[in-house]
Order: sequence, then C-alpha cells, then structure tokens
Amino acid sequence: MSTTTAPTSAHRRERSTPGPIPMTRLLDTELRKMFDTRAGFWLMASIGIAAVLASAATMLFAPDSAQTYESYSTAIGFPIAVILPMIAILSVTGEWSQRTGLTTFTLVPSRGRVIAAKLLCSLGIGVASMFVALAIGAVGNLLGSTLNGVDTSWNVDPTQFALIVLANVLGMLIGFMLGVLVRNSAGAIVGYFVYSFMIPTVFGLLWTFQDWFRDIQPWVDFQSAQTVLFDNTPSGEQWAHLGVTGLIWLIVPTLIGLRMVMRAEVK
Amino acid sequence: MITIDALTKTYGGFTAVDDVTFTAEAGRVTGFLGPNGAGKSTTMRIMVGLTPASSGSATILGRHFAELPNPGREVGVLLDASAQHAGRTGREILTIAQRTMGLPRGAVAETLSRVSLTDEEADRRVRNYSLGMRQRLGIATALIGDPEVLILDEPANGLDPAGIRWMRDLLRDFADQGGTVLLSSHLLHEIEVIADDLVVIGNGRIVAQGSKQELLAAAGTLARAEQPGALHRALADKGITASTSADGAVRTEADPAVVGQVALAAGIALTELRPADGAGLEEMFLELTAASQREGNTEGAAA
Repeated sequence: MSTTTAPTSAHRRERSTPGPIPMTRLLDTELRKMFDTRAGFWLMASIGIAAVLASAATMLFAPDSAQTYESYSTAIGFPIAVILPMIAILSVTGEWSQRTGLTTFTLVPSRGRVIAAKLLCSLGIGVASMFVALAIGAVGNLLGSTLNGVDTSWNVDPTQFALIVLANVLGMLIGFMLGVLVRNSAGAIVGYFVYSFMIPTVFGLLWTFQDWFRDIQPWVDFQSAQTVLFDNTPSGEQWAHLGVTGLIWLIVPTLIGLRMVMRAEVK
Repeated sequence: MITIDALTKTYGGFTAVDDVTFTAEAGRVTGFLGPNGAGKSTTMRIMVGLTPASSGSATILGRHFAELPNPGREVGVLLDASAQHAGRTGREILTIAQRTMGLPRGAVAETLSRVSLTDEEADRRVRNYSLGMRQRLGIATALIGDPEVLILDEPANGLDPAGIRWMRDLLRDFADQGGTVLLSSHLLHEIEVIADDLVVIGNGRIVAQGSKQELLAAAGTLARAEQPGALHRALADKGITASTSADGAVRTEADPAVVGQVALAAGIALTELRPADGAGLEEMFLELTAASQREGNTEGAAA
C-alpha cells in the first residue's frame, strides 16, 4: 500500500572526477594541526618561552667571563633539544592516541604522504625554532654583556651553528622514529626518555666495567656520537661513527616503524 | 554504488567478517543491521581502506577506495563521531577537512548550517560537545565534499528524536538525488523507517538481505502458547519448521490457519496467533540473529 520512495538514478548529478590532493595542501593542513589545539600551541610557544627564560638565567647567574654568545646558545639549546623531539613525536602519535587518524587516513588514504608531510613540517619547525633561539640568544648576549659591563663576544661561528641545527634535526628524527614505531603519545614519550637517558647509562656502565666494550663503543653508541656535534667539528672518523650508529639506532627502526604505519589497522 | 564481494577478515583464528557479499545501490538507502560485534564496523573500515581485508574485495563507484584521487569529494565517511581531537573546535575540524579536500572556504559555514550547528556551538571545543553534536559534526565532515556515496557507522547514536528525524530526511534527500547511502545501526526502528534495502549481519556472516518489503513479506506466522516448546514440537511433528525466539514467540513460514489446526489437534491453547508481517523488523532481526546473539538460544530444544 505504502508508496515507497524507491527512485531510480533518474536525477543523478553530473559529476567530474576531482583532481588529486597536492603535497602542498597536506603540508598546509599538517602544519595547521600542529598549532590548532591549546596543547599544540603552547608546545610551540614553549620554545620561545624556554629560550627567554634560559637567556634571563644566563644574564643573571653566569659570571662575567661567561657572558659570551656561546653560553647563551648552550643555555637555550638544552631545553630546545628536549622540546623538539616531543613536537615530532606528538605530530605522529596524535593520529592514533586522539584517533583523528580515522578521519585523516580516510581523507588521504596514502598514509605515506601524510607521514611525509608531518616529517617535513616537524623539521621545518625545528630549523625555524633554531633561528628564533639564535635571535633570542643574540638579544640576551647583547643585554647581558651590557648589563654586566663586559665586551660583547660573538664566539659562535656559522659552522658551529649548522652542527647544532644538525644535532637538533637528529633529535627530531629520533622523536619521529619513536612516533611511527610506538604510535601512542605516552608510550613514545616514555620511549624517548628511555632512549636518551637509559641507554647511555647502560653504555656508560659497560664502558667502565667491560674492556671488550671500549673498542666497539664508538660504533654502537649513538648518543656519544651525537654529542660531538655540540662540542666541535667532527673528524672523518667521528662522522663515520655517527653514520654507523645512526643506521642502527635511527634508520633501521624508522623503516620498521614506517612499514608498521603502512600496514597497521586504523581504529 | 558500493560493491562488496566475498569479503573476509580474520584475526588469528577469529573470523570477524566471513564471506560477506552485498551491493548498496545508487538512489537507495541501504541499512546494515546487526548486533554489536557482528562485523559491521570492520566491514566499513575495510571499505575505506583503514583495515586490510584478508580476502575478497570492496569497491566504491567501481574503484578501490585507495584509488580515489580525493576520496572526500566522492565518498563521505563517518566511522566514529568521538574519534576527534577533544581540543579542537568543531569549526576547526571542519576547516581541516575543507582544506584537505581543496574546497572553497565558504563550505565550512554552509555545512555547519546544513547540520544545524550554530556559530556558538561550532566555536566550542569538541570536548564540550554532546554525543549528538559530535554526530552532527561527523555528518558535516562526511557531507562537506558534496560526495556521491555516504558510509555512516551508527550515525543515529546519541541523536535525540528530532535529530533522528532530521537525519532521516537528510539521507532520504541524498538518496533521492541519486546518491548511495550505507548506514549501519542496531537501532532497528530507525533503520526500518529509513532504509530501502537491508543487509542483516550476525557473527560476521550475512543472515538476510533484500529490499525491506521482501524481507517483511517473508515473515509468515507468529504464534504464542503457554508452552512454546510444546507448540514447536507439535509443528515439527507435522513437518513444519519453526523457530522460537527468546521471548517465547514461535514463528513459521506456514499459514496462520495451518498453525491453528496443528495447535487444536495437539490440544495446545494458543495465546496469540497472527500473520507476522506486521510484527516489524525487530522480531525478524531478533530471530535472524538469535543464533549469533551472545545469549545463544532457541531452535527449540532439539533434544
């Protein structure tokens, strides 16, 4: 009896096939997603805040002899080296921990492109924040030397700065690696602290008590290979140490993590 | 159009989706009905490429989802309205979708008003949304790209009666314009009112499918007696297959007159006897999925 509305495809709309999603659009949205929550915004802001606080502390507490640009950049560099990997971790793990991946990977089924966009955005922010830190450090140095009545010393050269940027980029890549490997915010952050504090401790113990370890230590200890970047220009052998340890501790786990991201079920 | 062909998904030894085949036609609303854990959500996740299938295939508009160049423009998807960053505002979430799909900026405000979220609500963070508001936002995300196909997992969940009517009209309109709608639900009355076609799933297997009229017409007879077991046996003695549902209703394909004769001959006093087609989808659903319900039962004690 009931007149059912069971229409044929009579008034089907004329449709054109949409074009593919360009990479620039993914970069735009991924960058936006890093800033558009309170947590994300303050994480970014904390870079600037930490730089200002570290400069102020150096200005007040460092002796006159240490009122140099290097003191400022070292003081600022320490908190930033912790914050940047967190940014890289959260940009990846948020999709799983907040379950936004359900929407993200439905709108862009090519997960590799989304992850690549996240990596590029993280690195872009990392490098940009290093320049912000450079500027804040310069202001601090200028003010500090004036207030403390010493000559302004600009003892950081471009090579040194480039090496510090590289060290921070490596730190972000470690965060990114843990992000794709663990895919859970809390887990990856805990993983980061285990990775950067527990493993070096174990290596330190081995170095102290096991003779055999001393010979291979430079080729397995990623942390100590990276430390060189902060101190001076690495020698050829030290670059080799960095390359080999990086392969073991960064590149291989990253590849495993990426493979898991591509195959894992998004729930 | 959505085509699911011999789709199977296993997790270790557990088969979540078992050889599922069905088609959701353009211009029609297809209801995907089943109890919790029946495999509805897994099937839908496979359709949109979030879960890999173990075997079989799912195509939308003739292509695999992953092959769509800009999926949001062709397929609107809502899998879980709560899967959003609680710290983003509704407007921001919709803006991300709009930018990802490359739509004009005006699409956000347009879609917000289409799902009746006010400006004030849109600027609130999702953590402060009711489930109903989240559903509206999720439907907005599905609709913003003006797609041809909608895939919605439990979209009526958390909507108030007015909201459910609104959604019903919206999906009806969408289908009338030639769109394909697949929506899952365990809210039987909702799906009975809205769907043209039904696919009923239990324990990963399809237990019934067809147009709503077909499925309801095949309902047969419903009878009740003080002792349903006795009635069941009496029917079985005459070679009439019947099933007894959890609430003691005996259903069979046979005519009410035949059932009445059998009961009379066996001296069983019936408390109810009627054609089952008015019984609604709920009983059919309970009956069809009885075997796969957690509470496992029926098929009359075959002792």
